Amino acid sequence: MWRSPRFCLPPFAFILEMQHTLSLLVRNHPGVLSHVAGLFTRRSYNIESISVGVTENPELSRMTIAVGGDERIVQQIIKQCQKLVDVLSIKDLKYDESITRELAVFTVKATNQTRTEIIQIASVFNGRVADMSETSIMIEVTGNQRQIDSITRLLSQYGIEEMARTGLVALTFPSKRKPENTK
Amino acid sequence: MKLTGAQILIESLKAEGVEVIFGIPGGAIMPVYDVLFDSGIAHILNRHEQGSIHAAEGYARTTGKVGVCMATSGPGATNLVTGLVDALMDSTPIVAITGQVPTHLIGTDGFQEADIYGISIPATKYNYLVRDVNKLSQVVAEAFYIARTGRPGPVLIDLPKDIQNAVTEYVRPKPVSLPCYDQYFQEIDEDQIDRAIQAMEEAERPIIYVGGGVIASGAHQELYELAKRTHMPVTTTLMGLGSFPGTDELSLGMLGMHGTKYANYAMADADLIIALGARFDDRVTGKVSEFARHAKIIHVDIDAAEIDKIIRAHIPIRGDVRKVLTLMLKRLDTAKLKSYDKWHQQIKEWKTKYPLTYPNPEDYVMPQYVVEQIYEATKGEAIITVGVGQHQMWAAQYYRFQAPRSFISSSGLGTMGFGFPAAIGAQVAYPNKGVFTIDGDGSFQMTIQELATAVQYHLPIKVAILNNGFLGMVRQWQQLFFKGRYSHTFLGSPDFVKIAEGYGAVGMLITKKAEVRPAIERALEINNTVVMDFRIPQEDNVYPMIPAGGSIKQMIG
Repeated sequence: MWRSPRFCLPPFAFILEMQHTLSLLVRNHPGVLSHVAGLFTRRSYNIESISVGVTENPELSRMTIAVGGDERIVQQIIKQCQKLVDVLSIKDLKYDESITRELAVFTVKATNQTRTEIIQIASVFNGRVADMSETSIMIEVTGNQRQIDSITRLLSQYGIEEMARTGLVALTFPSKRKPENTK
Repeated sequence: MKLTGAQILIESLKAEGVEVIFGIPGGAIMPVYDVLFDSGIAHILNRHEQGSIHAAEGYARTTGKVGVCMATSGPGATNLVTGLVDALMDSTPIVAITGQVPTHLIGTDGFQEADIYGISIPATKYNYLVRDVNKLSQVVAEAFYIARTGRPGPVLIDLPKDIQNAVTEYVRPKPVSLPCYDQYFQEIDEDQIDRAIQAMEEAERPIIYVGGGVIASGAHQELYELAKRTHMPVTTTLMGLGSFPGTDELSLGMLGMHGTKYANYAMADADLIIALGARFDDRVTGKVSEFARHAKIIHVDIDAAEIDKIIRAHIPIRGDVRKVLTLMLKRLDTAKLKSYDKWHQQIKEWKTKYPLTYPNPEDYVMPQYVVEQIYEATKGEAIITVGVGQHQMWAAQYYRFQAPRSFISSSGLGTMGFGFPAAIGAQVAYPNKGVFTIDGDGSFQMTIQELATAVQYHLPIKVAILNNGFLGMVRQWQQLFFKGRYSHTFLGSPDFVKIAEGYGAVGMLITKKAEVRPAIERALEINNTVVMDFRIPQEDNVYPMIPAGGSIKQMIG
């Protein structure tokens, strides 16, 4: 990672604020979430979403963190995370080289007139109806961030009573995986 | 062999070569203290846990070994936090052990319970809460490994009381293997070294900028050889003082906010900066966009996160400074460097035009004069510890340090009250060396209770208080930037002589210039803790000064 060309970043890279998806493999023990989250608070990095779960190896968990910031800040975040004793590896997943998914659940106000439209919108995004009452309908949907943002916007026209999003999980596409030398 | 957790802890500390612990016992750590009593490990009882951890820092900074401190749960543990952050900022290897309420009481707001694990996450390099006595010996081995390897730092081990009492079979720890941590240490990129040598061959106005990393790495010999072979000037940060002899002709002294004018001008005018184990802190750079605009920067550091953090490095070299310098010196055999005669001529002009000076009238005790007299009386060979403030800057400017680990200062965090307990740690580490604390009246009063510790253990530390009755540095800023409105910076002064004598130490009051040197000489001969109260002018300022966020153009004085 310390070959000189890495540091010939184009000037605009320092100005463009973009969202980055960081995938971390961490030791699975209580406190590791606090360590990582604590790092982000201490250095004032902006966490847009964070999700963590066990992997195929019970000793390791995978954390997926969506952060906003320009290239330089993201480089710092990656280096600071690597310093953490509990972090085995960290990758900045490129948009076109990885899959990203979120789960969202919405409870939407529904009347006899609007119910069909709402279900139609849900089916466009491959969502399903999880529950229904006389006045509301619960929609469950998975998709990438753009899709979840879109369905949120569309459903909010009807009045979203409550909603919950999980935050991104992401993995590199096997067809895009480079030989292991990404640190 | 069946042992209790407390016994396993002590055995593990012995296995790590721990010879002394600084601490204060309390309820939640009593089982450990009972085993410690006749364990063979020495213990220094401080009077405040902050004194314990600063003493452990003084011990670690002077010896290079891991400093160990111990406290009980709750307030004992939280009193360590300032020292933990201090050690983290200045990369000092510390292992802090705190007692904790029994595991079944954790989270119930028990007596003297504090979530020190949670509190110390941002304050340490790593921390542990031990919930299984079978893991304890491995935890201790890992803690010391993490504290002393790579970029050193503080590690905290929180040990609940029931774990201390739990009995299990003692198993020696396996060799420490932390894949998540070890993989961070990669090979040094030798191509970068070649590029660095190339840059050195092209440079006409090079400068070597040295930080604490050179001392931590033990690279002062290699640095000296590099400087002498290349004939490049050397400037050090506050943390780097002592890594290069201050009296050498190539030395530019300290740079930065209160550094010498010639060091700052040289940095601003250089076309190549070789940064060794330094992190371009804001006290050095001032306004980053105006800092060293003409220079190519070679940045050598063991911590990859420091590279490119503040300024962009043209040639980053990640690795241990000593190893990198060894490789560089080998390459230099075949390198052809230019002659820097013109550059040295320019530097000499600056040195002649802008030396460090201070007004030195006969009827005042000037703080800079006191530091110079201490330097002469100790032949520049004492271990000097300082607090934080104007006195710290005067000590850095006027005492010319010859050897690494002889200037002990809380540089990154700037903790007032660091000086005297750190001296305790230094004196315990080196009972036969002269240890001098140059302190301010504000800083000294923050940990003044440690006088009891120094006297109890017969530590003949000499304390020189540069007493102006003010929080000096704050007052200086109020004078320069807040129109002289001294908002709550006047301390007045207690009778330090009476206080010293009350603790069983020797006290001296010095109010005249002619008394300064004799007092220092007399203090050096007394085999006891000596407190010297030097009454200096109330409104003296540290110069030169580059205001915070300023550039060379704003330099005052």
